[in-house]
Amino acid sequence: MVAIPSRHKSLVLLAGVVIVQVLFLAVQIKRDSQGRLIRSWTVGAISPFERTGAWGFGRVRGIWSRYFALQNTSRENENLRSENNALKLQLDQLRSKAAEADRLALLINFRQLNRNVPMLGARVIGASADTASETIFLDRGSHDGIRRNMAVITPDGVVGKVIEAFPNSAQVLVLTDKDSGVGAMLADSRIQSPVGGIGEPLLVMKYVPNDDTVNVGERVVTSGMDRIFPKDLPVGTVTEIKPGNPFKLIRVRPAANLERLEEVIVLLTMRPLELHKEAESAASDPSDKTAPEQPATKP
Amino acid sequence: MINDAFDLRSTELHIEVHKFRTGAVAAATIFTLVVQALLPVYFPKADILDLPLLITIYFGLSRRNPSTGLLLGTVIGLLQDSLSKSPLGLYGIAKTIIGYVASSIGARLDTEHPAARFALTVVFFGLHQCVTVLIKRLLLAQPEALFTMRLAIAAGVNAIVAVFLFLVLDRLRKP
Repeated sequence: MVAIPSRHKSLVLLAGVVIVQVLFLAVQIKRDSQGRLIRSWTVGAISPFERTGAWGFGRVRGIWSRYFALQNTSRENENLRSENNALKLQLDQLRSKAAEADRLALLINFRQLNRNVPMLGARVIGASADTASETIFLDRGSHDGIRRNMAVITPDGVVGKVIEAFPNSAQVLVLTDKDSGVGAMLADSRIQSPVGGIGEPLLVMKYVPNDDTVNVGERVVTSGMDRIFPKDLPVGTVTEIKPGNPFKLIRVRPAANLERLEEVIVLLTMRPLELHKEAESAASDPSDKTAPEQPATKP
Repeated sequence: MINDAFDLRSTELHIEVHKFRTGAVAAATIFTLVVQALLPVYFPKADILDLPLLITIYFGLSRRNPSTGLLLGTVIGLLQDSLSKSPLGLYGIAKTIIGYVASSIGARLDTEHPAARFALTVVFFGLHQCVTVLIKRLLLAQPEALFTMRLAIAAGVNAIVAVFLFLVLDRLRKP
């Protein structure tokens, strides 16, 4: 057997290690697996440090905000007060509309249904170690009932979906990721189209034909078609529309503050929410005669 | 085993092979991965940093042993893959190559000067990007831009961070 010169040994080792990893990649693609066991070990080993780090960051920030950043407090209070007043006004307007609007009656029923949806609050303890993807890690996992493909939201809107559930943590694909998407529709015109990320803070609404009318400022909500997110959750607001070929180029600002996620809600159900049943039950309920019966939207 | 680095030590170049305190490499690697995962949660703009890459470059340049450099790159890359959604091996391969090249260069050049470290980090960042894009395009069929303005900025920012980070890591060396 021919001996390898010592100066070439590292080159041979490099070739070997690279080839093994290429083969490993090929196996993952072929079997559509993502090396779950290795990920589980790594996340299990790293997440305690992440928890500790998140706790430490929180403490430091708490001390900073309590003792050192007090000079901004009065200005912030003033801003919050004016914002609160504006919100109160907006809420009053919405309440008055709610009394007459048929769709809002459905939304009220939907909210009633959501009361029964099991939810879990979770804290964000880490982000992706990869600069090209938008994922976060939560401090709750499969031991808390989290499973893959569960919806993750905040009170402001959609955040993303669980792509991996480890025993004590979970990985969430955030809506801004290039591979992310949600079944969505325009709240006013009810035009349906998926909304996805492009690796930037804004989202993109795809497949809206040039003939359809879309206005800047229009709200985008979930359509429920993806069977992950319940219908009518806020996704974002249209910020930019450009004519494209063959579809419009529509940019959407996410409703949830996806760049500063610290606490989220995981919907602990894989059950698609069927709005029409609620509408029917609401229509049969004599106490709520305003709710109209609507046909179910089928995928 | 006599490797290139030690061969070179016996020549006129007198390039020093640095050794580190026990557990320093492992501790620095874990610390870097945790910080990489934590920083963007509180400072979203920090996602431009690739601290595991900087660690791979630093230990590659300092240890000056291609075999250990590439193996350390493999471990760091695979750990990074495990903590992201990319398939295992994407960053593993890229950082294996970076570890090898950094150690090989480290064995031939004096890389202690901040300017040299800045320039090398920019070059390695570009090489890392080329390798990951190639893997994504050829093996994963994922279209990915080879160059964007964001990447150019990221290369510069990472290089600046590297200059200071490397100074901190120098303190982990054995006297």
